[in-house]
Amino acid sequence: MGGLTLRRILPATLLLAFLVAAPFFLSTYWVIILTEILTMSLFAMSFNLLFGYTGLLSFGQAGFFGAGGYFAVLTLLHGPPSLWVALAAAVVGTALLALVIGWLCVRLDEIYFAILTLGFGMMLFTTAHNWRSVTGGSDGLGGFTVPPLNLIAWQVSLFNPKYFYFLVLAVTLLGTLLLLRMVKSPFGLLLRATRENSNRVAFVGANVRRLRLFAFVIAGTLAGVAGVLFAIFNRIASPEMLHWSFSGKAVLMTVLGGSGVLLGPAVGAAIFYVLEHYITTFTTSWMIFLGAILVVLVLAFPKGVLGSVMEFFAQKRRGAAP
Amino acid sequence: MEGFLANVLNGLSWGMLLFLISVGLTTVFGVMGVLNFAHGSLFMLGAYLCMQFVRWVGSFWVGLLAGPPLVAALSILLERFLLRPLYGRDVSFQLLLTFGVMLFLDDGVRLIWGPAYHVVNPPALLSGVIPFFSQSYPVYRLFLVILGPLVGLGLWAFFSFTRWGKILRAAAMDRQMAEIVGVRVPVLFTAVFAFGAWLAALGGALAAPHQSVGPAMGERIIIESFIVVVIGGMGSFPGAFAGALILGLMNSFGTTFVPHLQMALPYILLAVILLTRPRGLFGGEA
Repeated sequence: MGGLTLRRILPATLLLAFLVAAPFFLSTYWVIILTEILTMSLFAMSFNLLFGYTGLLSFGQAGFFGAGGYFAVLTLLHGPPSLWVALAAAVVGTALLALVIGWLCVRLDEIYFAILTLGFGMMLFTTAHNWRSVTGGSDGLGGFTVPPLNLIAWQVSLFNPKYFYFLVLAVTLLGTLLLLRMVKSPFGLLLRATRENSNRVAFVGANVRRLRLFAFVIAGTLAGVAGVLFAIFNRIASPEMLHWSFSGKAVLMTVLGGSGVLLGPAVGAAIFYVLEHYITTFTTSWMIFLGAILVVLVLAFPKGVLGSVMEFFAQKRRGAAP
Repeated sequence: MEGFLANVLNGLSWGMLLFLISVGLTTVFGVMGVLNFAHGSLFMLGAYLCMQFVRWVGSFWVGLLAGPPLVAALSILLERFLLRPLYGRDVSFQLLLTFGVMLFLDDGVRLIWGPAYHVVNPPALLSGVIPFFSQSYPVYRLFLVILGPLVGLGLWAFFSFTRWGKILRAAAMDRQMAEIVGVRVPVLFTAVFAFGAWLAALGGALAAPHQSVGPAMGERIIIESFIVVVIGGMGSFPGAFAGALILGLMNSFGTTFVPHLQMALPYILLAVILLTRPRGLFGGEA
């Protein structure tokens, strides 16, 4: 793995510097796109904790993403006007939801896991879609006021897109650090071992189901947090957030960027939005391009864009230093 | 009583369409181990081609006969050039590839025929309604209810008595053994995939007069047929039949008795079956 060498730290520092400085030189339009990219990065990285690091392909991740959004909006509508309370409610709510659903889902793996998570995700979707009195049905749940963010001494109004951007950046950064800490820990190594061969992990005495369940809960909670950001950003929590095609977005972004690298899904999210931005300027059929790109990636670059780039540099280094 | 019968018939006609698409899905999975996300798009393509033939020559029957082979031809290209390189790789990649193909086809259809819904009229022979107790019932739905078991019977005979059917079942049971006794597995894979696509497109063409033809029809049926295939037991032919009937009937009775819950019912059933019998109703023990 190697230590904290300059080569490893430098790109991350540059990226962070860019993200912090971005609102000061980019137009508001691009700040908003960056906000969306960061939100979806957190969502896609949460998915990839299951897919890339645990070997479980979930097609129901959007269920937790949307549930987080609904929990937060419901709290803002009926509870105290505090973002912290709304966020806390969403974290606790999605964690519990992920615990129950995960407890049932981790019994299966491979295709059966994918279908079962899809089923549970769609159950959450139909709940949001049909329970009109609570969730507003297909119209979604909006009409809430976004309270200012209470940072002890300051009250930061999130109506300014730049301030909201910094909130999203901070939350996504924290989520990324948490994931980084997890995948580098012995727990993360065990997770990857279950991906390679779950039987052998069981033979050495680890409880595979409990490992997977823990990863499922963390992934679901982080997806819920991303959903809170998304709902506040759009001023609405809508059933589409829970639909399986939204889960498909996380899958796409992850494959686009690369499932073997922590930041792969984030890079994928960036590519996704930038491509969408340019392609939709000349055609509405953006999904055709997306489908074609996905097919080419799966066939030719299964490691994704970031994964392939990193492999290219690794090979070059190995070639240069005999 | 007549409400009950109407529910049964509605459920059966939808169930028969589900069966046509699920049986292809389950055969492809049984033989090739590939869960095809694009299968619903092939169903949709069958419906659109049927509609196009109706526009060109004015005959539903031409669309029913000519559309599905075209879809099967397309799927041969899909299997040969896109799926084949992935057989040695992780199953997730096959799922992802077919997911990409699905996005491509769904939006492609929207590009060619537009986002609007289209109506295909049933052929003269099967249009109109027949008296049904004090009310009336569309002839076309009755036709589907009768046709479904006939197709099922035909497929059963094909799988049981013909050489190709036996080879298919043998390969589904043990791919390696089939190869050892001289079955040319690559050719078989292409044939199975094309056969599944033909069935899906046939279901699509039959569905065209039954529901409106639109770009979202593939997405809806693929999820329901996933559920059919999983609860029936993946790769199981009788399982697909039973699963399709259960889901079709649940759909019509659910709409009548528990309209709020109806959308969630298939997923609840899926979860209950997967958690109690992970290999499905007709699947073997894992």
